[in-house]
Amino acid sequence: MNDSAFTRRLFLERGCMLASLAATVPGFIERSALGVLGDPALASQPGIPEERVLVIVQLGGGNDGLNTVVPFGADEYYRARPQIGIRAPGAAAQNGQAAALLLDQARGLGLHPNLTGLKELYDEGLLQVVQGVGYPNPNRSHFTSMDIWQTGRLDAKGNGWIGRYFDNQCNGTPMPEAAVAIGRNAPIALEGDVQKPVAFESASLFRWNGQDLHPSLQAPYDRINRAAGDGGFAGRAGDPAKAETQKEFLMRTALDAQVSSDRIRAAVAKKPLVEYPNHALAQQLRLVGAMIRDGMPTRVYYASMGGFDTHGGQLGPHGNLMRAFGDSIRAFQRDLKESGHDARVTTMVFSEFGRRVKQNASGGTDHGTAAPVFLVGPSVRPGVFGHHPSLTDLDQGDLKHGVDFRSVYASVLEDWLKAPSEKVLRGSFQNPRLFKPTA
Amino acid sequence: MGNPFQPLPDKEFDYLAAQHLLNRAGFGGTPSQVRALQALGLDDAVDYLVDFKGERVANDGFEFKSDILREQTPEERETLRRARATGDAETIARIERERQMRQNADRAQIAEMKRWWLARMIETGRPLQEKLTLFWHGHFATGYRTIENSWHMLMQNGMLRSNCAGGFATLARGIISDPAMLKYLDNDENRKASPNENLARELLELFTLGEGNGYSERDIKEGARALTGRTFRGNEFFFDRSQHDGGGKQILRRSGNFGGDDFVSIILEQPACSRFIAWKLYRFFVSDAPTVTRDGAETIERLAKALREARSELRPALRALFRSQHFYALENRQAIVKSPTQLIVQTVRGLGTPARSVDRLVEAGDLMGQELFQPPSVKGWPGGRSWINTATMFTRQNTAVFLITGRSTRGPASGADEPYDAMQLVEHLRGAGGALDPRECIRSVAAFALGAEPGPARVAELEDYLDGLGGRIDNDRMKALLCLITAMPEYQLC
Repeated sequence: MNDSAFTRRLFLERGCMLASLAATVPGFIERSALGVLGDPALASQPGIPEERVLVIVQLGGGNDGLNTVVPFGADEYYRARPQIGIRAPGAAAQNGQAAALLLDQARGLGLHPNLTGLKELYDEGLLQVVQGVGYPNPNRSHFTSMDIWQTGRLDAKGNGWIGRYFDNQCNGTPMPEAAVAIGRNAPIALEGDVQKPVAFESASLFRWNGQDLHPSLQAPYDRINRAAGDGGFAGRAGDPAKAETQKEFLMRTALDAQVSSDRIRAAVAKKPLVEYPNHALAQQLRLVGAMIRDGMPTRVYYASMGGFDTHGGQLGPHGNLMRAFGDSIRAFQRDLKESGHDARVTTMVFSEFGRRVKQNASGGTDHGTAAPVFLVGPSVRPGVFGHHPSLTDLDQGDLKHGVDFRSVYASVLEDWLKAPSEKVLRGSFQNPRLFKPTA
Repeated sequence: MGNPFQPLPDKEFDYLAAQHLLNRAGFGGTPSQVRALQALGLDDAVDYLVDFKGERVANDGFEFKSDILREQTPEERETLRRARATGDAETIARIERERQMRQNADRAQIAEMKRWWLARMIETGRPLQEKLTLFWHGHFATGYRTIENSWHMLMQNGMLRSNCAGGFATLARGIISDPAMLKYLDNDENRKASPNENLARELLELFTLGEGNGYSERDIKEGARALTGRTFRGNEFFFDRSQHDGGGKQILRRSGNFGGDDFVSIILEQPACSRFIAWKLYRFFVSDAPTVTRDGAETIERLAKALREARSELRPALRALFRSQHFYALENRQAIVKSPTQLIVQTVRGLGTPARSVDRLVEAGDLMGQELFQPPSVKGWPGGRSWINTATMFTRQNTAVFLITGRSTRGPASGADEPYDAMQLVEHLRGAGGALDPRECIRSVAAFALGAEPGPARVAELEDYLDGLGGRIDNDRMKALLCLITAMPEYQLC
């Protein structure tokens, strides 16, 4: 029996999940079936609902944490930011700049005035603010720091933390739609050795249109893209011990594309239950909401928003970003509630770093360090977690972090996704218990 | 062990090798163009490409306007000041409207520039010049949406093109005098009293040495001081002496009252610089597979040495690279994932399709993740496998369908009806009586489009398909075959 026939038969018999793997590494299948691969201890635990979803929202460019969660109780804040500091809740508007929304009077914390969406969720007990999240020896390069957050490693090397979670979780068998990113490129966070994410900007482009030319093209196209075997160039058989070749990588991605296309196009064709604002992030979350509602087997979605690199004249632009961010998250949460899926979903929001405490001469802020992370959903412990980083005890003008971002990941992995965190994070990080004990 | 950087023996410069050279040092070509290149022999073929001996493109972008976003005149500023003072809301609104109109006109112009550049890549007789310009655009990445000035983007594009195969030192000095870059990395805000480190950091991290390659945070801080005062006025570089920190600095173990050009000179003395540039050239021209082989590492070292020996002149180094055995080694054939631009331009130039709608092609490039004049970040396009995901795979296949047939998922496009003569790819196979052997056509056109002999299962699939349609070869059937060939995952490699 030749490889491609074997692959096709397998595809029909066992569904797409194994076939996706078989497409590039035929020898892999048998070993996988024998259970050689994957650590049983990391398999999903019995009794844990498989339908839980994590939505990650990335704020790219380094969001100014101090003007997002405003430490209005600290005089140092206003001394460091004479022009761009956000005034305490209740203060009169000045130069068109409104005062902060009250978050916690006792701690002297407020939210950016345009975060009315988040404030509503906070008041309803659906928002958690984790303060001062960062990591040791902060890197102020956008790319490296983003890679650090996405890989979950201080050396910023290797694949993504969610990718590793799936690699461990699925016993060496990838699932094409386990991780979906809305955007042109899949973020490294979702890339595993075995598990690869799906990424797309618009579902209508998510199919081959050659078959519209003539129906006869469909069958050969499917054979070319859905089953690989001995396709392509002569030579080189798959060997799981060897790194995937460029061709093998393309074959596998082509097969995953076919499988994902069928499901995703069906899901997002449906109308949302609530109105989403006209922001890019909102439109991404609208697609995520539709896919969740449609019962996609996806466990992790990734949405992102850029433009937070506010080096100059930041008050207006940052205000617009805050408005778009808060309103988008609120609409998404309303949609989930309306569709009855809210209890299944937790959203996590992060940025690669915060910004310097002191404003710069251009009315902006330069790259900084620790910043808040937000968790949203009915399962998170609502309120403010951790202490606000000191504004006087600084490290070269930057905040010292109080919570390691990998501790946040540890809690998300253990308490929400119910997976042991140590192997995924390659180390033991204290779990700050960010979810309700019932979660 | 042989030296992988040694020249390929001329007799090994066969048809597939010539096609490989034309794909990598250009954007591919039709079978007859490949044969013409092969006929030159290795040395002359490489020189033809590296010395830009082909026809230049006439249109150098001169129709674009340089003053859409001109600064306000003193009179206009005065008018605005008076309007603000007297609360003349109508005048303030009018000035705001005019500003908005200028901005819209500028956005329309950058869209036009994207089409202009893509068309240039499709038409040029000097493909390596455009390919290198694209390489440097990704290297000295600058994004329009941050700087919002199309003319500055065009000036940068021209600077990169003029120096693309010249000295790296000229490019590096050019980039720290380039208004678009100075704006993009905030050096217009880098002043003596409050240094902005953005340009200094990226100059070391991304443009010259590579992250972590022998510089410290302190070098960045001192380098930023050296770059203070480098800004622009209107469309021109401007050195603002009053904002320059002329004091003593210590950069990379050297001390002096350094300015920006000194900073660049000090960086270029570091061996890490030639190694970093050699590595980036290698990833772009030879292989972007995740792991570099031993021969690959050796080639990078030797390419770096060639750069140093040529005092960072690129042409001699590129010439040696494109002649080297390693460049033609089997491990490096189909070892690069085509960038979206490469996919588009090579499909047009290689398969000889009409370009149909450059507008549509620009849009396709955006969707596939390569928007010209808008790299995703100052890090440029990561390239390689990052181009490919399940969604871009479809866009890539559909872009080929559009070029071959005119059919598009995004509705009717101009140029959709332009005829495409796909038979040109097999004309040379006609026998004595003008007859074509369908099997020979299939094998030949698949090998040509894929740049390598196709596997037997692929050939069988195409033969079965043609048999199902009566086994005859004609233009429509050839186009259908090409739709299938370009939908093969391996078509994404070059």
